[in-house]
Amino acid sequence: MSFVKRNRAALALLALAAACFALGAGLGQHETVLRKAVNLCMECIGLG
Amino acid sequence: MGRGKIFQAAKRHARTLAQLAFAALSNGYAAGFAQGKIFRGAGKFACVPGLNCYSCPGAVASCPLGSLQAVLTGREHKFPFYALGFLLFFGALFGRLVCGWLCPFGLVQDLLHKIPVPKKLRRLPGERLLRLLKYAVLAGFVLVLPLVALDVAGQGQPWFCKVICPSGTLFGGIPLLASNPPLRAALGWLFTWKAAVLLALVALSLFLWRPFCRYLCPLGAIYGLFNPVAVVRLRIDEGRCTDCGACRRACKLDLDVRRAPNHPDCVRCGGCRKACPHGAICSVNAAPSGKKRFLQKPGGSKGPNPGPLKINRP
Repeated sequence: MSFVKRNRAALALLALAAACFALGAGLGQHETVLRKAVNLCMECIGLG
Repeated sequence: MGRGKIFQAAKRHARTLAQLAFAALSNGYAAGFAQGKIFRGAGKFACVPGLNCYSCPGAVASCPLGSLQAVLTGREHKFPFYALGFLLFFGALFGRLVCGWLCPFGLVQDLLHKIPVPKKLRRLPGERLLRLLKYAVLAGFVLVLPLVALDVAGQGQPWFCKVICPSGTLFGGIPLLASNPPLRAALGWLFTWKAAVLLALVALSLFLWRPFCRYLCPLGAIYGLFNPVAVVRLRIDEGRCTDCGACRRACKLDLDVRRAPNHPDCVRCGGCRKACPHGAICSVNAAPSGKKRFLQKPGGSKGPNPGPLKINRP
C-alpha cells in the first residue's frame, strides 16, 4: 500500500492544519500570539 | 571508545538526546537567563510542539496552549484558528511522539524518574479515572473558563497557565523570580499554589513515570487523539507476535500494547519495541525491523516458542 493510502487521514488533517493556519494568519491571530508571547505573562509565572 | 560503541550508545539514548537537543533549541536565548528578561524576537510568531512556556527567559517561540488561550481570551473571543493549525500539524505528523521526544517538561519528569527510590509504582489507585482528568482539564481550564470567566472589561484569562501549568512555574516563574527582585516583591498566594502543584508533580515523578502527562496535560490529551491516525503510528505484526506479554511488562504507562498499539496515552517512548523479542511492533510507515523472525507456533501463544527461523526477505 502506498504512503498516501496508508496516511489518508493524516494527510487530510495536514491540509486542514494548513487551512486553519492560513485563516488564523489572515485574521491577524499571529499578531495576538506574538503580542502575548513577547510580553511577560504574569499568569504563566504565577503572579497575575 | 570506538566509533561503533559511540553510535550504539547514541542509539540507546536517542530519545534522551532528542529531548535535550529540542529543549536547548527551543530555549536557546541564553542571554535571557543571565539578564532575567524574555526573548522578544519574531520567532514567537511560531509555536513549538511541546509544553514550553513563552515566559521562559530562553524561549525563542511560543507555547501552543498559551497561544490558543491568548486568542480565546481576547475581547473578541475569536476561534483560535492559528494555534489550532499548529496543533493539527504536529498532531497529524507525530501524535504523542511530541510528548515522548520533544517536550521539555517530559524530559524533566523522565530525569526525575531515574532517581532511585525504594519502590517505583506502575499505576495509582483509580488510574482509569485519573487518566480522564486531562480531558476535563482541557475542557475546563483551556477552553471553557477562558471564555466564560471574564473580567469587567470582558477579557478572559488563561486559566490553565494561571492555576495549573507546572512548566510555566519551572521554566518561566523560577528563573525570572531568581533574577528579578521587583518580581519577587509581587509574590502571593497564586505562586504558592503553583509551586505546590509543581512540587507535588516533582515528588510523584520520583515514584511514577510521567504523572503530569498521564493525568493532567491538556496538550497530551489533544495529541493523544491523533495517535491512531498520525503518520508516526505503530502496528502489531500478527505473524511475529506470540502474545508473550513482554511489551505490556515493558510499558512504563502500563498500557496493553498488543491490543492498542496506538492508545491515546502512548507517548512513543519505544520501550515496547525494544522489549519485543520478535520485532513484532513495527512503525506503520517504516520497513520491517531487522529482528529475527520466530516461527509462529500452531495454537497461538500456548506452548513453547520453537525459536528463530530464517526467512528469506524479497
